[in-house]
Amino acid sequence: MRVKMRIRRFNPEKDSKPWWGEYEVEVEPTDRVLDALHQVKWYQDGTLTLRRSCAHGICGSDAMVINGRNALACKVLMRDVGKVCVVEPLRGLPLIKDLVVDMEPFFAKYRAVMPWLVNDEIPDHGERLQSPEARERYDDTTKCILCAACTTSCPSFWANEHYIGPAAIVQAHRFIFDDRDRAAVERLRILNDRDGVWRCRTVFNCVQACPREIDVTKAIGEVKLAILEAL
Amino acid sequence: MVRTHRTETVVVGAGGAGLMAALYASRGSQTVVLSKLYPTRSHTGTAQGGIGAALGNIEEDHPEWHTFDTVKGSDYLADQDAVERMCYEAPEIVYELEHMGLPFSRTPEGKINQRPFGGHAAEFGKRPVPRACFAADRTGHMILQTLYQQCLKHRVKFYDEFHVLDLVLSPDGRAAGVVAYDIDQGELHLFHAKAVIFATGGFGRIWQITSNAHSLTGDGPAILLQKGLPLEDMEFFQFHPTGIYKMGILITEAVRGEGGVLRNDQGERFMERYAPTMKDLASRDVVSRAIYLEVKAGRGIGGKNYVHLDATHLGREKIEERLPDIADFCRTYLGIDPAEQPIPVQPTAHYAMGGIPTDVEGRVRRNAAGDLVPGLYAAGEVACVSVHGANRLGTNSLLDIVVFGKHAGQDAARFCQQNDWPELPEETWQPSQATIERILNNTGEDNAARIRDEMQAVMMDHVGVFRTAEGIQKALEKIHELQERVRHVTVSDKGKRFNTELLEAIELRNLLELAEVTAQSALNRTESRGAHYREDFQQRDDEHWLKHTFVRKEDGQIRFEYRPVVITKYQPQERKY
Repeated sequence: MRVKMRIRRFNPEKDSKPWWGEYEVEVEPTDRVLDALHQVKWYQDGTLTLRRSCAHGICGSDAMVINGRNALACKVLMRDVGKVCVVEPLRGLPLIKDLVVDMEPFFAKYRAVMPWLVNDEIPDHGERLQSPEARERYDDTTKCILCAACTTSCPSFWANEHYIGPAAIVQAHRFIFDDRDRAAVERLRILNDRDGVWRCRTVFNCVQACPREIDVTKAIGEVKLAILEAL
Repeated sequence: MVRTHRTETVVVGAGGAGLMAALYASRGSQTVVLSKLYPTRSHTGTAQGGIGAALGNIEEDHPEWHTFDTVKGSDYLADQDAVERMCYEAPEIVYELEHMGLPFSRTPEGKINQRPFGGHAAEFGKRPVPRACFAADRTGHMILQTLYQQCLKHRVKFYDEFHVLDLVLSPDGRAAGVVAYDIDQGELHLFHAKAVIFATGGFGRIWQITSNAHSLTGDGPAILLQKGLPLEDMEFFQFHPTGIYKMGILITEAVRGEGGVLRNDQGERFMERYAPTMKDLASRDVVSRAIYLEVKAGRGIGGKNYVHLDATHLGREKIEERLPDIADFCRTYLGIDPAEQPIPVQPTAHYAMGGIPTDVEGRVRRNAAGDLVPGLYAAGEVACVSVHGANRLGTNSLLDIVVFGKHAGQDAARFCQQNDWPELPEETWQPSQATIERILNNTGEDNAARIRDEMQAVMMDHVGVFRTAEGIQKALEKIHELQERVRHVTVSDKGKRFNTELLEAIELRNLLELAEVTAQSALNRTESRGAHYREDFQQRDDEHWLKHTFVRKEDGQIRFEYRPVVITKYQPQERKY
């Protein structure tokens, strides 16, 4: 099938502002949007710039806006995009070039929630025990691949770049609800900040955007409740 | 024009091996990690099924059985001292990962859960044993996340999106640092160091159908080849039996570990004929060959070159609980529900058993005699210790990266404490600068993508699961032609910022180097062993070939040396599953 790729382009060394590039590609219905972007880059215009690596939805490199919605280019099939596929960089992060944005502000928010297990009680031998139910409690949020699709789909984040954003809250949730962790209160204090969890207006864009099908809004709701209970 | 940094240990690559090495190196030396990706994008994250360790949480198990299975799986080419170290340290290191916070799936008693995997057996091959410790079917993702979290906690310094182009050696032959290209800014940086740890992963992108990420282009081993250093056992590359048809995306062996079976066009569970005891859980080389033979005999699905992986009898509940990502892949890429329909699969290029030769501390050998390059280390898929020999067992790669990443990091820290900075040669960034300028200034017609397509096709046709001298020679002719063409490859992006077209051209040059030594090593080894199967030499030949291949390039010429296999307990036997 023939599809028109309409791609937002920007070269910081040449362009004063972004522009639209249009490219015709011949693809299989089961090809990924990433395959179509590669067709453009490899056989039509080598200057097209994007990040990608694993190409099957695990590494989280190729989050972008596809036909208006945040998604991984390697997880959207061409049969689902119609005759014209519009591709833009993620919103709310500084644009570097074409589909590449500066991820540093995103990772800074991730680092701010202490995304590591805090627990010094190491058993002399073997593993710490954890019941399957306790493990299940935070299962959903362990799936996060830090692709930024959720945070950059969030109107609260667009309105306020200081908002910590859904991804960092999901990452905090993964530890707050892990019964091995001992720093829940500290994390809840961080998230209780002015730019923390209360900026969430439950718009649900993040849930739609998440390529890992994490129930992001539910996780945020649980964190809010935990703050009310613990602080 | 070149920014110079001074540090003690430089780790190149931020997958599981690199992060584990960084954690341990940073305990005793000033450490920086360079990665051409953001660390969490590394390919460790795609590992699915589990990490092997004889915890015995479900059934009785022993490191000795794990050792034997690994040696047998390797078709007796692995060094048994190294395998013993890995398998005996496995339980402790899995506990260590749990202590770091890794969210393993749990048994009803709250212990780390385990499941069966290919080639892992109780009592020296008698029956499958649950040895793979898992976190649903995203064990690699959880290992990568956990190690990255620990690195953040311990304030390891990262340079993300820095692409390493060269290794710097001091005039007296020590590792002295690396030259890296800052992808965002397009500037070269020189990292002057006492110890350098390469953990750049594999190079499956030399084949057309592969489970490997686009970024797995073998930059580390290609750099060492260019320095005249050897690579070990490059003829052994694993084709995983179950990649999604045409796409190569990995469908974990855990599907078969949980009870899934392979079926041909007649619906027959054909592995019963090839491996009467282990059946679908025979080692990967055996299963991949069986699939090819079924296809060759006309029993592929609809006469095509794939078979079915049938998990429909497992039930939706078990699939959603134990294999949720696999179910997601099937829905996304195939539009099928694995609880209702079988999955179309074909072998996919998956894992390099060969690589940079190291000892059990991760120290790089500069020849088959075992002399070392002081201060240079390698760990993970990029390295050849050798614990996988001619064929790796599933779950042993995740184990390899943490065990030998740890040792490389520890030894590098010790080395840094005992040694001063080596002398830097002058203008050591010149070759990297020259490469970049040459590519930017080329004016030919050829682009990297077309050359890469041709390389991947010829490697798939002639240096895949079945090989012959005639076919490999054809592949080599093509590779030599492509190596000539790649010298004139042209890019349309001449800019400095995020020039990924330039980097793809450099990566292609690296891939072609590795394709060449892979094909040369495959041509050279006139026997069949593990993943290396020669139709014109179908038997294993222990008399002549129970030895490791060291291949190097000297003035463009291929040179071979050999190193004996370390055998401690297990004499080579015929391999049956």
